[in-house]
Amino acid sequence: MKDKPDYLAHGVLLLGVALFVLPIWVMIAGATQSAGAIARGDLSLIPNLRHLGIFGQALFFGGASRAGYPVWHMLLISFAMAAGIAAGKIAISLISAFAIAFFRFPFRKLAFWTIFLTLMLPVEVRIIPSFAVVSSLKLINTYGGLTLPLIASATATLLFRQVFTALPDELVEAARLDGAGPLVFLRDMVLPVSRANLAALFVILFVYGWNQYLWPLLAASSPAYTTVVLGIVQMMAPDQMTPWNLVMATTTLALLPPVVVVLLLQGAFVRGLTETDK
Amino acid sequence: MAILELQGLAKSFGATSVLKAIDLTLASGEMLVIVGASGCGKSTLLRLVAGLESASAGRILLDGVDITRQDPSKRDVAMVFQNYALYPHMNVAENMGYALKLRGESRAAIAAKVEEAAALLGLSELLARRPAQLSGGQRQRVAMGRAIVRQPKLFLFDEPLSNLDAKLRVSMRAEIRRLQKRLGITSLYVTHDQVEAMTMADRLIVMEAGRAAQIAAPMEVFERPASRFVAQFMGAPAMNIFDPARAGLTDVPPGTMAGIRPEYVELTADGIPFTVELVEPLGTETLIHGTLRCGQRLTLRHAGPPPSQDGLNVRLPAEALHFFDAESGARV
Repeated sequence: MKDKPDYLAHGVLLLGVALFVLPIWVMIAGATQSAGAIARGDLSLIPNLRHLGIFGQALFFGGASRAGYPVWHMLLISFAMAAGIAAGKIAISLISAFAIAFFRFPFRKLAFWTIFLTLMLPVEVRIIPSFAVVSSLKLINTYGGLTLPLIASATATLLFRQVFTALPDELVEAARLDGAGPLVFLRDMVLPVSRANLAALFVILFVYGWNQYLWPLLAASSPAYTTVVLGIVQMMAPDQMTPWNLVMATTTLALLPPVVVVLLLQGAFVRGLTETDK
Repeated sequence: MAILELQGLAKSFGATSVLKAIDLTLASGEMLVIVGASGCGKSTLLRLVAGLESASAGRILLDGVDITRQDPSKRDVAMVFQNYALYPHMNVAENMGYALKLRGESRAAIAAKVEEAAALLGLSELLARRPAQLSGGQRQRVAMGRAIVRQPKLFLFDEPLSNLDAKLRVSMRAEIRRLQKRLGITSLYVTHDQVEAMTMADRLIVMEAGRAAQIAAPMEVFERPASRFVAQFMGAPAMNIFDPARAGLTDVPPGTMAGIRPEYVELTADGIPFTVELVEPLGTETLIHGTLRCGQRLTLRHAGPPPSQDGLNVRLPAEALHFFDAESGARV
């Protein structure tokens, strides 16, 4: 340990922070300025505090979707979609990883590698077949259609498998001798012990779901299911003057739910890490 | 009455035979210690009884009921693991009461039983703690408590003391034995430590390469080892094995090797000349390593401080000699 502060390291870190913070700052500052000024490229980095009301205005701004659904509605849709994807992904991958890690069944390896292979098939690659399936199931413009195709998740399965195989065998055996069947074991041992990983994964998957663009664009053509990410894009119509200050205010609002999720789960995440000794 | 009966119990992993036809009967309340070097199959034997491995052949009877194919949760046996295997996210009380909770006992009944066991083990103050907040010895006690609370038909111990430091091991050893006697629970105890085996067992089973080399009371094993392997495994330092003819002994069974424990070798004024190579003073006694005139190695344990003179003579009392077949190693 050095007594002297490492100025170089701090300098590098500050530079990194500035790199990340600057665009966000431009967005917040930009939201409080007039649309025309931004369009001219006349953007000031000092927020105009008299125009803070723009954020409230953006929340109820209905110009973004054709049917006039306000931004708060889009935020709700986005939230439902992201939470649904995160929860669904966790539920599915938890169970499949549980099966792969703790049970010996025929074709276990094959099942594992099949799941592994789907890593190479993100939505963008399989978007046409996925759309065909969802559409023939009449799930277009439903929450199901919005979330289900994004739920199957190799990444989460692999991560959980890693966590589960790291559990000591004696723990599994002790629980078996104590009379715990597989599902009781899942509920009483696996879930509490991997709570920290659950929290971390939920955060990552929520942000992943929140940021989805391509799939909602196809699967939710009805304005009633427009997510906030789609809404922001629709605001930037090429044939009319873009209300840049509203776009920036909406973008700011769109950032908030993921931030809240991160902050909320950060506590559980850290607590889980400090309490367990696996 | 036999509580546990093993009939020709065998286990092989693929082509490797780990356990070869073990026959064993445990009386009610008996503490049977399974001792052997690592890889001799002693843990496998325990895990077969627990149901954590499935037998390749043979039967396991518990209280007269065939449990060979039964799920571990149905067997009514409790196991204490080497690394304790406490549930990290539960406190001491929850750890101990978990099996009762799964059995559907009432909260009050569980609390009463847990408190009783905790008092027995001196854990009453620690019930709200998590395993991570306990010392090694305390964790060991909780693991014991978790087994006791269930009042199982059979206790299984898988080297429960090997993660403790030497001092704690000695006190926990006595404590486990006291508890086991007091509660009268039939127990199988696996260890590689022969002192643990000698001090704790009603009967010992010395394992050698998947076979039971000897099953007998500890002193019987010590005084009348069934084979050369058992003779050398039990006792420290190990029994001296030598060729009796070369050492000049007369009246020996033909085709045998002789054995004598270091304790019984006597230092005398006249006898077989003995060249000292190394002296290890242990305080109250001394270990002397050296060679006989014929060149064979011998270790002896001498009460008191190291003898001063260099040229020593030893006597090998006939009543302390063991003879083992030179080929098979069986006792003659």
